[in-house]
Amino acid sequence: MKVPILRHGGILLTSFQDDMTDRDALNLQADLLEMIKQTGDTAVLMDVTSLQMIDSYQANMISETGAMARLLGCEVVLSGVQPKVALTLVELGDVISGIRTVLNIGEGLTLLQDSISRPSEDETAEEDSVNENSEGKERASSDELILETSANEEVSNGP
Amino acid sequence: MSSRFQSSLDIVTENDVRRARKHARTIAHRGGLGEREEVRLTTIVSELTRNILKYAGQGTCEFELQHIGGRILVRCTCRDQGPGIADVDAAMTDGYSTGATLGVGLPGVKRLADYFHIETGDQGTVVAIELDMHGNPHV
Repeated sequence: MKVPILRHGGILLTSFQDDMTDRDALNLQADLLEMIKQTGDTAVLMDVTSLQMIDSYQANMISETGAMARLLGCEVVLSGVQPKVALTLVELGDVISGIRTVLNIGEGLTLLQDSISRPSEDETAEEDSVNENSEGKERASSDELILETSANEEVSNGP
Repeated sequence: MSSRFQSSLDIVTENDVRRARKHARTIAHRGGLGEREEVRLTTIVSELTRNILKYAGQGTCEFELQHIGGRILVRCTCRDQGPGIADVDAAMTDGYSTGATLGVGLPGVKRLADYFHIETGDQGTVVAIELDMHGNPHV
């Protein structure tokens, strides 16, 4: 089974499928890395909405794929972990690590679009994003917080 | 009222791992398991059948579904004739793996199951797990 990788506004979007074999997943990993190289895109959204379970091997595969894409200079976000899958994954062990997760594809795209557009924008735009409503702030990642802090916005006071 | 259903799958190729997961889902639906139990069962089956392929090359995965009164009992037994696990205690420890993976497989399965039993030796390995629900599966 060949899993497609879509391009959407500088974001590479791929979706892990429930009936993938391990080989399919390995192929997807290789295809994604090749696609990053070819397109020069710097954002990857991996969606797992259709996964009805994630075992330790698949979890490892997802983490690894994310790590590889990051090594190629991409911002990586994982979306769509189902609540029932999250419950089981945590019981199984803390197996998806070092990867930014959001609830669904929409949030993932919003987040990555922000990360793509930010470097080319001027400081005013950055301040605007800091002054967004609380919903926007809730979504802010630790990475974003660091960036925003450097734009003279105290986020929290250290001890 | 009680009923009993049994099935068995040969695990020889990667595709069989996928089939075993699907079959586990079918068992879960047939047994009337809750959503969470279904994911626990399919995850366990995926881990155990994957281990068969990886460490023994081939084996079998047997299912048994029983309704006893209001109680639902799912038993899954994975057998192989592989070389066995040299150090079971180590294999049951988080983070231990001889196969360059995360090493949460067996201890993770034990956490997900209501009952877990492993026997291993140079004749092979048998892992048996049970999910035991009392007719009121929490979702």
